[in-house]
Amino acid sequence: MTTLTAPTRPVAAAEDVRPTRRRLGPGEPIRFGGLIGIAALLGAWVVGSATGLLDPRTLTEPWTVVETAGTLVENGRLQESLLTSGVRAALGLGLGVAVGTVLALVSGLSRIGESLIDGPIQVKRSIPTLALIPLLILWLGIGEPMKIITIALAVFVPVYIHTHNGLRTIEGRYAELAETLGVTRGEFVRHVVLPGAMPGFLLGMRFAVTSSLLALVVVEVINATSGIGHMITLASNYGQTDIIVVGLVVYALLGVTADAAVRFIERKALSWRRTLAS
Amino acid sequence: MASYAGELSPAVRVRSLHRSFNEAGGVLNGLDLDIAPGEFVALLGRSGSGKSTLLRALAGLDRGVAGTGRIEVPDKVSVVFQDSRLLPWKRVLDNVTLGLRSDDAAQRGTQALAEVGLAGRERAWPHELSGGEQQRASLARSLVRDPQLLLADEPFGALDALTRIRMHTLLRRLCEVHQPAVLLVTHDVDEAIVLADRVIVLDGGVVRHDAHIDLGTRRSQADPAFARLRALLLAELGVEDDHDAAPGRHADPRLDERAAS
Repeated sequence: MTTLTAPTRPVAAAEDVRPTRRRLGPGEPIRFGGLIGIAALLGAWVVGSATGLLDPRTLTEPWTVVETAGTLVENGRLQESLLTSGVRAALGLGLGVAVGTVLALVSGLSRIGESLIDGPIQVKRSIPTLALIPLLILWLGIGEPMKIITIALAVFVPVYIHTHNGLRTIEGRYAELAETLGVTRGEFVRHVVLPGAMPGFLLGMRFAVTSSLLALVVVEVINATSGIGHMITLASNYGQTDIIVVGLVVYALLGVTADAAVRFIERKALSWRRTLAS
Repeated sequence: MASYAGELSPAVRVRSLHRSFNEAGGVLNGLDLDIAPGEFVALLGRSGSGKSTLLRALAGLDRGVAGTGRIEVPDKVSVVFQDSRLLPWKRVLDNVTLGLRSDDAAQRGTQALAEVGLAGRERAWPHELSGGEQQRASLARSLVRDPQLLLADEPFGALDALTRIRMHTLLRRLCEVHQPAVLLVTHDVDEAIVLADRVIVLDGGVVRHDAHIDLGTRRSQADPAFARLRALLLAELGVEDDHDAAPGRHADPRLDERAAS
């Protein structure tokens, strides 16, 4: 490792006789270092499948997975499932983010709101959302509303917690400043409170995206008749590991894309502190 | 909150002001103070003498503090804090014009920034400015509101010595142009003498010393009158001349004894 990461010195170092100590830190960062492990894993999969060490019934060969993905795209099943799942996740996420943000604002901006809202949400937080599914099925049936509401329930808690925390940790000195400038309550909320709570909100969003995908997978595996999860469940019944792997790859891509989207928004919205972070 | 149109009535009138944070004792104990329109008053005092409490009372920021007394200040009061208190998520110009409701707010903000030497930095983020520049921006934010009273709570306390000298010059010039009454809280006796028309020393919650400074407009520390005033004010603050009192500097044991007491 040390030979890989050793910094390359300029050539004219002949007269430089500084005694340098052994480096204790991890060294220079490796470009695209995050991808090396993934590539190694994929390589192991290819080699294992090619040499027959991996039984195709345990894990399909990578080329078969690519082939299956091609077939699924050709007959339109993959797009259709992806669209269904994507819409489901987006609706649940949107609903959850909206509810979480509104509750956080009400609770963060008024003491009465906080007394009414914060307690129940702390209780809700300690119940895993997925444990509510049996009750939700009884109330809402097994159709789309149950799925979307389950996702929304999983999403609104992190959004609420982090936005509320963001609101509460805005420094009192800024409120004091706003008082001396004679701004109205509306202006105070718009110029001080909302931008001040933005970092918290976006942190909540990143947790929310992960939660929404987790909830999506669970609700799609239970009683779904469409979507990626349904495709995976069917494939599982027929022992088609290639389709299962395709489904998992799609979930991974969904997750990565959503996280990248939030990070992008974060970079744009928090440009005022970008140079601090970098 | 009465405003004064007439030149003769003071900009600030404080009568028997009491403030206390706990039942043990008051921070301000019946303080009386008048500040004339356009007058620059420096407020000196030891830690805990009630300087900031008085300033916060005048700024109307002492909600929840027990107290009595009459305070009359103008309608337009601006506060400069020790930290620049710029909102980090607003660009410098938006910080300056925050809460301004006139149509030409941006134009006035730009003008105020130019006045403090920050022309061209309107679109900068606060963290891109140096400490001195941030404090200039906060001065611009105060002055763009055309205050009749400017309250400054150790505004240069966090700046380095060189920047502070430049800020003194700037503040003097701005005050000559805008003519607000100023109450400047400071620890720094030299700063008080250089800047103010009048120096007030607060002790035990009342005005202990109140004197006009008659040193002309160009004030130099080399001036013997400056040094005498400095020694006098330091004595009022309970410090015999600080440099001479350093142990081991001189042979006279009586002086050492006096400094120690």
